[in-house]
Amino acid sequence: MSAIEQVSRPYAASFVQFARNRREVLCLSADLTNSVEIDEFKKAYPDRFISCGLSEQAMMGVAGGLAREGLLPYVHTFAVFVTRRPYDQVAMSIAYPNLRVHLMGFLPGLTTPGGVTHQAIDDIALMRVLPNMTVVDCGDATDVESVLDATEDVDGPVYCRILRGRVPRLFREPLELGRARVLESGDDLCLFTSSVCTGEAMPAVAALRAKGLSIGHVHVSTLKPFTDPAVLEAVGAARRGVISLENHLVTGGLGSSLAELMAEQAIGHRLVRMGLHDTYAHGGSLPYLLEYYGLSAQHVVDAVERLTGERFGIELERAAENEGQSSTEKAEAL
Amino acid sequence: MSVQATKRDVDRVAAGIRRRVLLHTIENNGGYLCQACSSAETLATLFLRVMHLGPSAGPLIPREFDGVPGPGRSAGSGGAYNGERGPDNDRFLLSCTHYSLGLYAALIEVGRLDERALDHYDRDGSTVEQIGAEHSPGIEVTTGSLAQALSIGLGIALARQERGERGRVWVYMSDGELQEGQTWEALSLGAHHGLDHLGVYLDANGSQCDGPISAVQEVEPIAERVRCFGWRVHEVDGHDSDALAAPASEPSHGKPLFVIARTCSWRGIPSLEARANKHYVRFRPGEAELALSELHLSAEGARS
Repeated sequence: MSAIEQVSRPYAASFVQFARNRREVLCLSADLTNSVEIDEFKKAYPDRFISCGLSEQAMMGVAGGLAREGLLPYVHTFAVFVTRRPYDQVAMSIAYPNLRVHLMGFLPGLTTPGGVTHQAIDDIALMRVLPNMTVVDCGDATDVESVLDATEDVDGPVYCRILRGRVPRLFREPLELGRARVLESGDDLCLFTSSVCTGEAMPAVAALRAKGLSIGHVHVSTLKPFTDPAVLEAVGAARRGVISLENHLVTGGLGSSLAELMAEQAIGHRLVRMGLHDTYAHGGSLPYLLEYYGLSAQHVVDAVERLTGERFGIELERAAENEGQSSTEKAEAL
Repeated sequence: MSVQATKRDVDRVAAGIRRRVLLHTIENNGGYLCQACSSAETLATLFLRVMHLGPSAGPLIPREFDGVPGPGRSAGSGGAYNGERGPDNDRFLLSCTHYSLGLYAALIEVGRLDERALDHYDRDGSTVEQIGAEHSPGIEVTTGSLAQALSIGLGIALARQERGERGRVWVYMSDGELQEGQTWEALSLGAHHGLDHLGVYLDANGSQCDGPISAVQEVEPIAERVRCFGWRVHEVDGHDSDALAAPASEPSHGKPLFVIARTCSWRGIPSLEARANKHYVRFRPGEAELALSELHLSAEGARS
């Protein structure tokens, strides 16, 4: 397959560009400025950079207060520290009053060698259940570059999962809020993927289609609201079953969203949810972790074979395009 | 605010707060009475002598509940009772929202709520909730989950600092909230950003839900601890309005202000002292009459 473009630190430049003519945009940091790629912003607009230190709970309140004054705070830290640690503060100081605060969560799921403390495997579930919260999960460099524009006008808080470091460019068209990307259509099966799982699964889908299986592939970036008619259509068309693959627990994220949709729409197709199954993870490289926890492209082929009862004889090489996630630009690889 | 207000005015309002909350506690078969007893002079001083607020922009008769914030529905309107926003106007954030009953009584006493507003308290469909949210009279931000208001106040103060506004941001909180880690995050952050137009009044009544703070988890020495975090700290008699008001007009020296109001949870109603549960008062037969007689005497004293 052709080489996939790798984009270095797409968020850093995008955020600077986004903020250039938007004076009300503020950048809040909780000590991880370089690690969450807001160092360029700090250099460009030091007067709009608010250092909060390692005080995530207070930072959420500060963001709420700033938003109440008509400013547009963008809160940056690792996804675990956006969601788990200050959860009550996000719920009460930001989500309840429906304030326009953007919560930018880095190192989603298994995209860090930092181990269990740094791996946000439940963040989508936590944010999705909060009333008023919009939830977006970026899957490539284009998603990262366009998510700021796509979510700018949301009347309420937005949680964005951001990829950092070297990020593959899979898509040309910018992300549209509430719109999934239908990468392939098919009427046997449909695979729904999000985050880095989309790039991971692409070779599997290509190989399966080459073997004659009519498998669709849909990349989902907007987890909430989960109302895209294209998703419903793809689910309905997949008469032999639906597979979800997510960089997250199978509970509370993409797989759960599909299950709810299918149950409510009375679509009686099989659903196989791939992701972390009621387990925490551990430190390691992304390819290793995807393999270890059963989220690799080869595991997609296995799931398809179990679902269809057919053997396709596909042996995939380990994809290399995800390795950029463990940033080589940093002294500390976390 | 009225610059002419005196200690006597404050004492009259404070007596009214205690009287209204006691009567309501009796009628309602329970209430946050001890909090009203400890906070009465501080709330009255804030409204009469410290805060620069415009006239209330909220209706005298509290609104009925008409929905929570959401898309197309902005945050609540409880802050309207503290006047229109303006660059020179102060802001008031109640952190310990279980003090709502005392605050509602204070709003009545200073003419920002109707005499009968407490009739709406804890009634289904009313905004006059036990633990107020930002649709409740006088409640600008939703802070029933303790220790969040100071951080929100920081954000508001940062924005106002950036705009060069003269108005100040006041946060009223209780000493139990010093047990929450977020309080110390916010204290550190407020000093770091030099938010000298941010001020805290702390109701140091030494009491929390489980009992005396000294038995549950000690927070002393408050003054030394907060001073170490870079705030200007004043420790005053929380039932003396002159002492309460004085720190607000001291020069800031680039530091946020923290006033520790040393208060008593049974102030004005001495029979409350013997109660094990001071967090929520529910009278047994005979107790209410004693409390009424105590307060009557005390209230008369405040009028003289």
